[in-house]
Amino acid sequence: MGRVAFYTSIRRPEDALSDVIIRRSSARYTPFGEWGRNMAVKRSETAGENGMNDLITMHDMTKEDVITLLDEAEKLLPIARGEGHQPLLQGKVLANLFYEPSTRTRMSFETAMKRLGGSVLNLGALASSSVAKGETLFDTMQMINGYADVAVLRHPRQGAAQYSADAVNIPVINAGDGAGHHPTQTLLDLFTIRTCHGRLENLEVVLVGDLRYGRTVHSLADALARFGARLKFISPASLSMPTELIDDLREAGADVSEDTDLYSHIDSADVIYMTRIQKERFADEEEYQKVAGIYRLQRSDLSGAKSSMIIMHPLPRVSEIAADVDSTEHAKYFEQAFYGVVSRMALLCRMLDVDVKEALV
Amino acid sequence: MSEMRRVTAICNGTVIDHIPAGRATQLVRMLGLDSGRSNPISMVMNVPSNKQGRKDVLKIEDRELSQVELDRVAIIAPHASVAIIRNYSVAEKRQISLGEELVDIARCSFSNCITTDPREPMPSRIRVISSEPLDMRCAYCGRSQDLDSVIENLL
Repeated sequence: MGRVAFYTSIRRPEDALSDVIIRRSSARYTPFGEWGRNMAVKRSETAGENGMNDLITMHDMTKEDVITLLDEAEKLLPIARGEGHQPLLQGKVLANLFYEPSTRTRMSFETAMKRLGGSVLNLGALASSSVAKGETLFDTMQMINGYADVAVLRHPRQGAAQYSADAVNIPVINAGDGAGHHPTQTLLDLFTIRTCHGRLENLEVVLVGDLRYGRTVHSLADALARFGARLKFISPASLSMPTELIDDLREAGADVSEDTDLYSHIDSADVIYMTRIQKERFADEEEYQKVAGIYRLQRSDLSGAKSSMIIMHPLPRVSEIAADVDSTEHAKYFEQAFYGVVSRMALLCRMLDVDVKEALV
Repeated sequence: MSEMRRVTAICNGTVIDHIPAGRATQLVRMLGLDSGRSNPISMVMNVPSNKQGRKDVLKIEDRELSQVELDRVAIIAPHASVAIIRNYSVAEKRQISLGEELVDIARCSFSNCITTDPREPMPSRIRVISSEPLDMRCAYCGRSQDLDSVIENLL
């Protein structure tokens, strides 16, 4: 056995490019010169004492953060109802950047800001903004950084909120990024549960519907697990909770079970959280029709339910809750939509460094 | 122990030893050695090793890899030993380590991630959650990135 040497130097057409690639990778860490350095500074230095930098996922908040925020939201209830005016955010400007349709989230942020004396900029219809001319999200965010004190972003692409937060100095609130996260929905869901039950601990919560693609249920399940909820996931097999998520929940010590039948779980539930089967997530109509309308709560299904049981829904609903449920004591979904205002008020105060407890003595 | 040397000693350059067996070709791609350089490169694969059973070895002549490039080596071969050779002897041993984040090394593999829009200027960032087992996630969208997809999406 003699010496064996392999000479693997191959020339390729893209040879000329490789120098560029290497130079590019060595210029990392300060991708935008002075700008880049400012961005790197952001996370550590621009947050106020109580201020949060950004809210991108529920992991940006500890359990204690959540409890404090819900306490503050409770204090803001009269203002949200229009009883008394407290201009805690006077002179502050919020930018609403919705690259995807929204009714409740956009409007409740707007009313939350206005009830507290602040003002709101809207990106408006995409067709009439520079987004239609092909402006990048990065460039749009640079402008908003100069126009507003806080930005609320909903975007069809996942990661858009974190990306924007890294690109600017003002705090960024994620109002939904693709099938990613929607943490402010979780905050209002938690507020609703706590207001109706007086606690978040030791509740049996049944989550129903599209658990695979529904971004609201993912972060809600995660948050409830921290409060020791018993979680029951009810969905057709094709729309079940992602296994990674269930693994994570179990690992965190949560009591989790799965089923395809809803009706046998109604009587023991403290909370039934219905979600819409999202038609837009299905490739073909036939697949959608197979599972559409599979769960439909009617007044007559609720005869054995606990009197304290509440029914929630992030809305909009299609057919999963019949209209005759609306008048029962269990129906809390419209109230839930209203609580979006207080929880977002409290969040905006936190982001803009206004201490609600101190301001409202 | 008197294992015959399979590849000639190099005069000047870089030797990467103790690469996990079979990974040398990935490493060549990771370092962009398969395009654009005309230095002689010797690759030895699946040779017996006292330390790890079998290993790969890569010898790159007339080129000293920079620290940035060595950071890339760590993704594939976190326990590799790297020696800079000058005039047939080891001039320096370089430490390699897998950092907390891979900045602008590979694009996120998830097609709906904001960073896959080529016009968006912010750097790609892949966070290393754990090195063994290797768990990497896009810092923006949070999706897991496996080693193959990182190599496929190198920038």
